[in-house]
Amino acid sequence: MLRVDDLDVWFGFPPDRVDAVKRASFSVAEGESFGLVGESGSGKSTILRAITGLIDSWSGTIEVAGQAVAGQKRDRAFHKTVQMVFQDPYASLHPRHSVDRVLSETLKLQGMGDIDSRITRLLEDVGLGQGFRFRYPHQLSGGQRQRVAIARALAAEPRLLLLDEPTSALDVSVQAEILNLLTDLRAEHGLTYVMVSHDLSVVGHMCDRLAVMRGGRIEEIMTVDQLRHGGATEDYTRHLIAASAGYERA
Amino acid sequence: MSAPLLSVKNLRVAFPTRQGVFEAVRGVSFDLGRERLGVVGESGSGKSMTGRAVLGLVRPPGKVSADKLELEGQSILNLPERQMRAIRGNRISMVMQDPKFSLNPVMKIGDQIIEAYRLHAGGAKDAARQKALEMLRAVQIRDPERVMGAYPHEVSGGMGQRIMIAMMLAPDPEILIADEPTSALDVSVRTEVLNIMDGLVRDRGMGLIFISHDLNLVAQFCDRVLIMYAGRIVETLAAKDLHNARHPYTQGLLNSLPRLDHPVERLAVLQRQDSWRDGPLEGERTETDFPGGL
Ligand SMILES: Nc1ncnc2c1ncn2[C@@H]1O[C@H](COP(=O)(O)OP(=O)(O)OP(=O)(O)O)[C@@H](O)[C@H]1O
Ligand SMILES: Nc1ncnc2c1ncn2[C@@H]1O[C@H](COP(=O)(O)OP(=O)(O)OP(=O)(O)O)[C@@H](O)[C@H]1O
Ligand SMILES: [Mg+2]
Ligand SMILES: [Mg+2]
Repeated sequence: MLRVDDLDVWFGFPPDRVDAVKRASFSVAEGESFGLVGESGSGKSTILRAITGLIDSWSGTIEVAGQAVAGQKRDRAFHKTVQMVFQDPYASLHPRHSVDRVLSETLKLQGMGDIDSRITRLLEDVGLGQGFRFRYPHQLSGGQRQRVAIARALAAEPRLLLLDEPTSALDVSVQAEILNLLTDLRAEHGLTYVMVSHDLSVVGHMCDRLAVMRGGRIEEIMTVDQLRHGGATEDYTRHLIAASAGYERA
Repeated sequence: MSAPLLSVKNLRVAFPTRQGVFEAVRGVSFDLGRERLGVVGESGSGKSMTGRAVLGLVRPPGKVSADKLELEGQSILNLPERQMRAIRGNRISMVMQDPKFSLNPVMKIGDQIIEAYRLHAGGAKDAARQKALEMLRAVQIRDPERVMGAYPHEVSGGMGQRIMIAMMLAPDPEILIADEPTSALDVSVRTEVLNIMDGLVRDRGMGLIFISHDLNLVAQFCDRVLIMYAGRIVETLAAKDLHNARHPYTQGLLNSLPRLDHPVERLAVLQRQDSWRDGPLEGERTETDFPGGL
């Protein structure tokens, strides 16, 4: 479903050039759920942004459903296939558009009918009642905004969903509901996920395999089974797993 | 016992909406000492709004009322904006939940930190620059020189969070309200950032309000925890007792966590009860005490 090969992504020009992603390669099979974890600033969001066509300065291969993409050009069919939930829901929602407008525009863009009942259904799916339908982003809490962003991505009924920290702004009860929803959708429609999270237990719950990133590179790709049973080979991964056991006061 | 840093009694925040008045915060009371006070609770339960109300950041048409809202014995309820601004970012700082949104998008990060620092401490620009670099290093930014010259959209989510923390700690506040300050950080960076906050509480007697949905973290990091549901505090606990919480809502929260060592097919979800909105509160006391002493 997704193949990324030898991906380099950079920003700016020398001497200020930032190499955000270096020679990253991975592929995700149809129906698989793949995790991206690792250090803050290691290039996780950048990989997802390059896939969706938000960055033009990259080289290597990105193939979605067998189609190679180039630069920043993505056609309508691409956005029908691939949707992304951004890490920063505030920035990704238009401040002057109500929830209703955000969802109905996405639905119309994808040529869907029956907009009214679809919106009702989407809001219910993400645990927001009809009371939220005509609100604006500034009238929502952080987690409510994130759920609108998830509903918008689901509205297009994509086959590949790129999720950047989709539940890190959510309390655990809502997180459980959203994760269950994503699990159900994958089971029903064979969706493919790439999910960035700093929470190893969330990745463990949702994913089959994961890549561990550090300093722009993929350090290691492993199965969740290996993650659970101490099968990490890189020091950094082991450190990450150990640290996620909890906080101890210095 | 000396007076608390912050004393809140019967705080309410209400918004007029099409469907009538919506009360986002419904009678919240707590005292904050020189401690780490955790606030957890469902999305939309009023955690951020409580923090914003303390800082006078609730925008009209929202209305804030309280029987008492005191900073070291002095009322700060609905102060004129000019006076509130002197308190904000100086005596009380808040790390917002949307860090990148709270940064000025068209100003370089370095200039923003320098400005925040000088507003409080004055001094030469050069010294402030050194201080800014030092703070960025403290929050584990690897290449502080580059980040100083970057704009907010050029840094990652977790970097934005750390920059915001560095900026809010610059003025050396008496109280820090941190709204999900580590939600985008990987665990190793998170530990370092928590150590900084922990040190400020321990060594300088700062009061910390730590809003988070990470129950395990709150249990380990904080002294005391407030559990919010639908605009009210439904339970107050010593953090170490969090796993023995009595309120069914708190118990439900604990059960919905995924665990690496306990794979399950589906996560347990909360069956919310209407009675939680207005039902009895657990562990409620009119006077709170301060573990750690004052
Ligand atoms: N538009 C940009 N211009 C310059 N540098 C950028 C830009 N976007 C990202 N970067 C840099 O690329 C690097 C990787 O950023 P990215 O957002 O991919 O990290 P991340 O792994 O998602 O981290 P986090 O977990 O903190 O969100 C960072 O050093 C960041 O500063
Ligand atoms: N301007 C507004 N008008 C009406 N309701 C609002 C407004 N701003 C916020 N609210 C509502 O107030 C409630 C409390 O919001 P708050 O941001 O405090 O939630 P929270 O506990 O911080 O949640 P989260 O964990 O999702 O960030 C929410 O239900 C939100 O929808
Ligand atoms: Mg990111
Ligand atoms: Mg909030």
